[in-house]
Amino acid sequence: MRGRENRFLLLMVAPAIVVGAAFFLLPLARLAVVGATGKLGIAAYTAVVTNPQYFQALASTIVLSVTVTVATLVIAGIAGVFLERNHFLGREALISMLTLPLAFPGVVVGFMVIMLAGRTGLIGEITSTFGAGRLVFAYSIAGLFTGYIYFSIPRVILTIMAAAEKLDPALEEAARSLGANPWRVIVDVILPALKPALIASGAICFATSMGAFGTAFTLATDIKVLPIVIYTEFTLLANIALAAALSMVLGIITWATLALSRVAAGATAAAAG
Amino acid sequence: MRRTPYFWLQLAFTLLVCSFLLVPVFMSIVAGLTENFFVGVKSGFTTRWIGVVWELYAPTIFRSMYIALATLAVTLVVGVPAAYVLAKRPGMATRLIEEFLVLPVAIPGLAIALALIITYGGFRDFRTSWGFILVGHVLYTLPFMVRSVLAVLSSFNFQVLEESAASLGAGFWRRFFGIVLPNARSGIVAGALTVVTLSIGEFNLTWMMHTPETMTLPVGLADSYASMRLEIGSAYTLVFFIMITPLLVALQRYGVQSTRTRKGA
Repeated sequence: MRGRENRFLLLMVAPAIVVGAAFFLLPLARLAVVGATGKLGIAAYTAVVTNPQYFQALASTIVLSVTVTVATLVIAGIAGVFLERNHFLGREALISMLTLPLAFPGVVVGFMVIMLAGRTGLIGEITSTFGAGRLVFAYSIAGLFTGYIYFSIPRVILTIMAAAEKLDPALEEAARSLGANPWRVIVDVILPALKPALIASGAICFATSMGAFGTAFTLATDIKVLPIVIYTEFTLLANIALAAALSMVLGIITWATLALSRVAAGATAAAAG
Repeated sequence: MRRTPYFWLQLAFTLLVCSFLLVPVFMSIVAGLTENFFVGVKSGFTTRWIGVVWELYAPTIFRSMYIALATLAVTLVVGVPAAYVLAKRPGMATRLIEEFLVLPVAIPGLAIALALIITYGGFRDFRTSWGFILVGHVLYTLPFMVRSVLAVLSSFNFQVLEESAASLGAGFWRRFFGIVLPNARSGIVAGALTVVTLSIGEFNLTWMMHTPETMTLPVGLADSYASMRLEIGSAYTLVFFIMITPLLVALQRYGVQSTRTRKGA
């Protein structure tokens, strides 16, 4: 009876395993091999550190992603805790609007940045009205930063809100009655309680920024982030081995970040619980 | 209840964040309906840019829709039974399978696309068909279906229901279709909405994998941003917003709260 049931269960999970093996594991293994069989050989994998051009791309992508992650956590943290704590007219609508861009592809986000800070953008319009000249930054690193924050905020804010829901107001009350000022309450009570959520959503934010392609592609900035370098090597320079090696490196970075964050968030959650 | 100054300060900040996200959306909608955006709205409103978009890009709109529906069909058939097995036999082996199934979420779409092209690019007919795009979309969305259904099935003890049905003589398949699926409905709906939304908006994989004959809506958008006037790009974006908004509203209503692992910008 149970043996028969196990056979059925195996039958039901088999298609998913076949799809994953044929279209994910096998291609990824091929990618790893191809990355090592170009004219550089296995050294293609170290080129991201030894070649100044690739290293520069890797470094600027990491710096950009870290900055975006920190900024997003601060912005979404303030707005998320506020929305979870306070109930007022229009709150639901505000939450819906803040999560609307979740489904925007990176290209659309890039276009939104052009709307804000492009050559005919709103910000330039405003600064030139005030006689400060037309401020255009969509096509610089500031434009990339703006776009990455744009797609990160909706992703992070829901996680923060879910975590803030579990905060115990009595703890803050206690801290306040013991004479803690608002700043101390935030640092000593609220932040530690939000830590698992901040780690988890921060890691997702970082990994997404590292691999983001559409936004950088639309803005066509002169700062080369790693995904753009991979794309250029593959399509324009037909340097397939190097593109493969660089994407393996990129994939390992994003995967490791997410895996580590789960360990870290799990550990702090256990410690807090 | 009296509001403190902190309340108003935080409200102002939240509204500022909200306008950062929405003002450009609004601007692009206006631009798509304006005769000449550089002159401004005083040049008059028009739907002719929508007409141009329809002429140039209508096939991409339909292609995106049927690829999304095909992706949904595959993720339902492949993902729902898999999630059921994972929920029914929690343990080391199923834990590993789960990790393996959701792994594509952790890898940038660009890398997955390259891997697929390197491995299957030689099969010309497959490479140039929309089936190739479908494979990419299934890979990328399957984790969301599996997770969504798994979350619902793990949240209550469906095995007790199954056992009582079994004691009344219901066979394996009857229990699956009669008990498991109806009880997993909310997870299936949420998963389905996520899959369709993600598939319609997918760019990173599709840009690498598409051919001129298999261009999807987001690929067409990138093309219009690069080579058409601003009004056409905006009108095209407006079409995208119209397609995606009902899905998002439904997702906010029926979606599982956890959007933690949504990715793909």
